[in-house]
Order: sequence, then C-alpha cells, then structure tokens
Amino acid sequence: MSDNNSGTPEDGGNDRAAYWKANLKLLAKLLAVWFVVSFGFGILLVDWFNQFQFFGFKLGFWFAQQGSIYVFVALIFIYAFRMRRLDREFGVED
Amino acid sequence: MDAQSLTYLFVGLSFSLYIGIAIWARVGSTREFYVAGAGVHPVLNGMATAADWMSAASFISMAGLIAFLGYDGSVYLMGWTGGYVLLALLLAPYLRKYGKFTVPEFIGERYYSDAARLVAVLCLIFISFTYVAGQMRGVGIVFSRFLEVDIEHGVIIGMAIVFIYAVLGGMKGITYTQVAQYCVMIFAYTVPAIFISLLITGNPVPQFGLGAEVADGSGLTVLEKLDSALIELGFTAYTDGSKSTIDVFAITAALMVGTAGLPHVIVRFFTVPKVSDARISAGWALVFIALLYTTAPAVGAFARLNFIDQVNETSYADTPQWFKNWENLGLIAWRDKNGDGIVQYRAGKPFEGKPAFDGENTTGNRGENGERMLENPTTASANEVYVDRDIMVLANPEIAKLPGWVIALVAAGGLAAALSTAAGLLLVISSAVSHDMLKKTWMPNISDAQELRAARIAAALAIGIAGYLGINPPGFVAQVVAFAFGLAASSLFPAILMGIFSKKMNKEGAIAGMLSGLAFTLAYIVYFKFVSPETNSADHWWFGISPEGIGMIGMCLNFAVAFVVDRFTPAPPAHVQALVDNIRVPAGAKSAHHH
Repeated sequence: MSDNNSGTPEDGGNDRAAYWKANLKLLAKLLAVWFVVSFGFGILLVDWFNQFQFFGFKLGFWFAQQGSIYVFVALIFIYAFRMRRLDREFGVED
Repeated sequence: MDAQSLTYLFVGLSFSLYIGIAIWARVGSTREFYVAGAGVHPVLNGMATAADWMSAASFISMAGLIAFLGYDGSVYLMGWTGGYVLLALLLAPYLRKYGKFTVPEFIGERYYSDAARLVAVLCLIFISFTYVAGQMRGVGIVFSRFLEVDIEHGVIIGMAIVFIYAVLGGMKGITYTQVAQYCVMIFAYTVPAIFISLLITGNPVPQFGLGAEVADGSGLTVLEKLDSALIELGFTAYTDGSKSTIDVFAITAALMVGTAGLPHVIVRFFTVPKVSDARISAGWALVFIALLYTTAPAVGAFARLNFIDQVNETSYADTPQWFKNWENLGLIAWRDKNGDGIVQYRAGKPFEGKPAFDGENTTGNRGENGERMLENPTTASANEVYVDRDIMVLANPEIAKLPGWVIALVAAGGLAAALSTAAGLLLVISSAVSHDMLKKTWMPNISDAQELRAARIAAALAIGIAGYLGINPPGFVAQVVAFAFGLAASSLFPAILMGIFSKKMNKEGAIAGMLSGLAFTLAYIVYFKFVSPETNSADHWWFGISPEGIGMIGMCLNFAVAFVVDRFTPAPPAHVQALVDNIRVPAGAKSAHHH
C-alpha cells in the first residue's frame, strides 16, 4: 500500500506529492521574509538600519516595534490566499 | 458621576453582557464543549483568539515593560506576534484537518502512544496553570485599585463570572464572550492612547504619534525627546537597548515559538469549519492583536515621557494624586535620600529589592513630607523613585488627566483581558483532564454525557485552583511566566511540528525530544531563578542567553535528540504515516464536521 494514496480515490499520489512540494516552497519563501524583517532588520542589523530616518523613527527601531508586525499580518494573508488557489489547482479544497 | 461609580457601572455592564452570552451559548455535547461544534466564523474566531491570547500581561503590563525597556521591549512585540506566522503556516491548518479536540490528543495519536499523550498533558497543565495565576493576579490588581474591593473579593467575583460561562457554555460560551471581551478590551486600550497621542503630539493615531514631533515647540520628535531626557538622567537612550544582541535574538525566538506552541491558542483553530478557515482566521487574529500591539509601544513611550515630566524634580507635596494613590497600594515608593523634599528620578535602583514599607498604608510610619517610610537597605544611586512597571497602563489616563469615564473603561478592559485569557486556559486544562486523561487513557468506556459532566467538574476545579493562586499568589508569579513560553517552545512546538512535517518521526524520537527539551529548559530556568538567583547575569549564562530566551536552545535540543533517536528506532506504523499524509491536504475536513 502506498501512503500517498490514502486520500480520496480520484487524486493520485503524484498530485499529492506535487501539492505538498508547492506548499513547502511557498512556506520557505514566506518564512524567509518573516525571519529577515524581524530577526534581520529588527535585531541583527538594527544598528545599521538606525542610521536611516523613517517618519520620525530610526528605521531599525521602527522595524522592531512596528514594521515587523505589519509584515507578519501581510504574510499570513498572502499564505491564506495563495494556498486557497493551490488547493483549487490540485482539487484538494475542503 | 465620579470615576468610582462609573467604574462600577462599566464593569457591571460588561459582566452582565458576559453572563447573558453564557446563558445564550449553553452546550449539550462534548464536541460543543471542547471545540464549539467547529462552527465558529473565521473572523469571529480571530477576534476570540485575540482576546484569548491578549492577557492581563498584554493589556496591563506590556506597555509598562516597553516604557522602561525601550528598544529591548521589542522582544515582546515581535515575539508575541511573530509566533502567529508560525502558527498559521506550520500548525493551525494541519491540526484543523486532523479535526479532533485537543493538542495532547493529536500528539497521542500521531505518536501512537499513551506516554506521549500524557507527557503532552503534563506540559499543557503546567504551562496553563503558570499562565492562569498571572491572570488572576491581574483581576485582583484591577479590583483593588479601581473598585476599592479587597484583592480576595475581586478574585472571587472574577472566578464566579468565569465559572458561569466556562462551565455552562464550554468552548462555545467562551468563544462568544471572548468576542465581546475583545471589543471591550480594544476600545479601552485605544481610546486613552488616542487622547494621549493627541495631547502630546497633536496626531490622533498613536502609531504615527510615536514618530511625530512633540507639540511643545521644541521641534523634537517623541523619541528624540525621550532619548535626550533619559540620557540626561543617566539611562541608556530609549531607542538603544542594553540587552546583548544574542539575548534579544534568543528571547524573541523563544517567545515566537512558545506562542505558537501554547495549547489554549492552538485549540482555538479547532473551532472553525474548514482548513482554509483556519489559515485566514489566524490572519484575522493577528490583525486584531496588531491593533493593540502596535499601539502599545506608543503608549509606553508617552507614559515614560509623562512620568518624567510630572514626577522628576517635583516636590513630594506637589506630586499628582495618582503618584500617591499608587504609593498607597505599594506599587510606587519614594525615599528622600538627599533630604530636599523633591523627587529625583534617575537611573539605578532607589533601594535594595521590592519596597518593604514600615507598617500598613493607613497606620504605618510616614516621613516628614508625608511619604510612606521604607525599611529597605539604601543604595548609592541618586535615584529616589521605585515604580512597578505594571501600573503604567492603568495609571496612564490619570497621568494624562483624562476624564473619569476613560479610567472606568480601562478598568473594564483590564478585567476583560484577564478573564478572557483565564477562561481559555481553564478550558484547555479541563479538556486535557476529561478528554485526554479520562476518556482517552483511563476510562475509555464513559459516555458522551459522562465525559461532558467530567469536563464541567474539571473546569470548576481548575477555576478553584486558579482562584486560590490569585488570592495567595506564589511570590514567583512574574518569574515563572518565562516558564510557560520556554516550556511550550521546547516541548510541544517541536513535537507537533515534526508530527506534521516528518512522516518518519516515531514515538521514541518524539518522547525523547520532548523530555530532553523540557528537562533542559526547566533545569536552566530553575537554576537561575531559584537555586542560584545571584548568578543570574550575562557572565554566567550559557552563550549569554538569559532564562527567558533559553527555550530557543531547548527547542534545538528537542529537534536534535528526536532526530538522533529516530534514526536508531523503528519507523512509525503505516496507519500513522497515512494519517500524516491525510492531514497535509485540506480535502475531507468537512466530513469530520457534523451538525
């Protein structure tokens, strides 16, 4: 028995593997952004970014206390919309 | 009406609303009790999640922490929001597809082992009780300051309210009261923030006000003025941190991963109808959370600025009323070190430890200026003021001289924040007991009605214990909060993540990983917080990582141990691998959903 065929009979194992791979690829991209805006801009590179002014903020400080949060929100919505499209493409929507 | 009667009115109104919702949302089955029948609209679930997540710590303490930590306070802002990205991308959709009731249930089934489930239950109960004790303390503080009720009576009233809607309505009652509580809470948080932002900068949006110029003609922005004022008083600049970069990194990571691993948050995503709803619902949750979390740094900075303005170099007799009110409660203290009758606020500790007053508030010894006398050994620092960080949000409306109804609103908001989180925590505790321990492990033959009764009894017992902890707070409440996140990060999060993303991870690996992550993190925190607190400084920490951030190392250890053990032990059985395949695709989630 192949594990990949455990879903509904009409979708084959290959489709499932491709769906999962596409999901992982999207995850990797979004998590890279997640890491860069918070740990990158807000922490590791904060001093360098602080030399720039941004609406009255030092830019690094702004990323740490405001900007990263806005990006987090955007990331989740992008993920939700892209995945809905992917679900439809592979016919696995619920 | 004065602020006091307004506070009674607002708190009374909000409480009757919660009770009304509880009666409307009574439940009749375990499915409704545990996951609200998985029929909650994703936007409403987002709101409920936000209320569930934003606790007394977020509402009452966080802005105060940021006010006094400046840039270092960013660890909380990023840590407690960034976790939602992990939750939305890595956990929530798959756990919703799995479609059962609790986090330990998933771990037990995925790792085909009662032992794994019980380890998860243990982590869950420990994390949740740590957390709930803090909520009850928050309820006590709000009641004693604003309603002049004893802390004990305040906690008992709070317990009674939670009892009604959690025991009657279970997850369903909790969900809809949390939606109401979110509205109360966010309104109560943003209204004073808008007022204060207007007063200080003339800009009504606090998120912009934080970067705007101070409306005092100086031409300096809020942050520039704060930086220069603090440097003058001997502090580090507000926009610079004093924590090391590695520690900021580790704490942020531990808080993010810990947030994603908190059972009472995860379980909220079991309540939506579909997998795609779980994804979008996490986005809504973060929108609602971000409203408060992007306001908090502005509130913190404004509060610090106001505090310096009104207190520093003011004679004690002329200090504002709020200063004396909070001194009477023991959360502000002043020792006139240089005998000039004027309050000097500087960097450094005013005296050793927490204030130990000479006698009670009404009968104790007063100094020649009328201040409460202290018994603490003094320090060499020129600073004369002790201020508990927790009071900043609660004192803010008074500090900014806002009208009485705003103060009343803040009191109602603080209670909403504490009660909503307490209820969510109590629910996961009760379902871990009735579902994971009784139904799944020891008494598999009980009927649904019996299980529901057990869940209600467990919820009632948990409320009793939480109330006891609120009335007799263990002295270490503030210190153990680091536990909750560290333990969630080092035990539950890796186990769930590997359960979804690694088909080959087996029970031996997962259990060994959870136990080693847990043991390591626990040992590190206990050592520095309790066994040898005098060595709790960067010189002694491993890699310069504080106990608050050690969960990150615990998590890495968990992964490492799990993968090594997994290599030398048999692969999981075929039906478990099929389960993993199944939860990776959304199709079929609805079939688990019956109405």
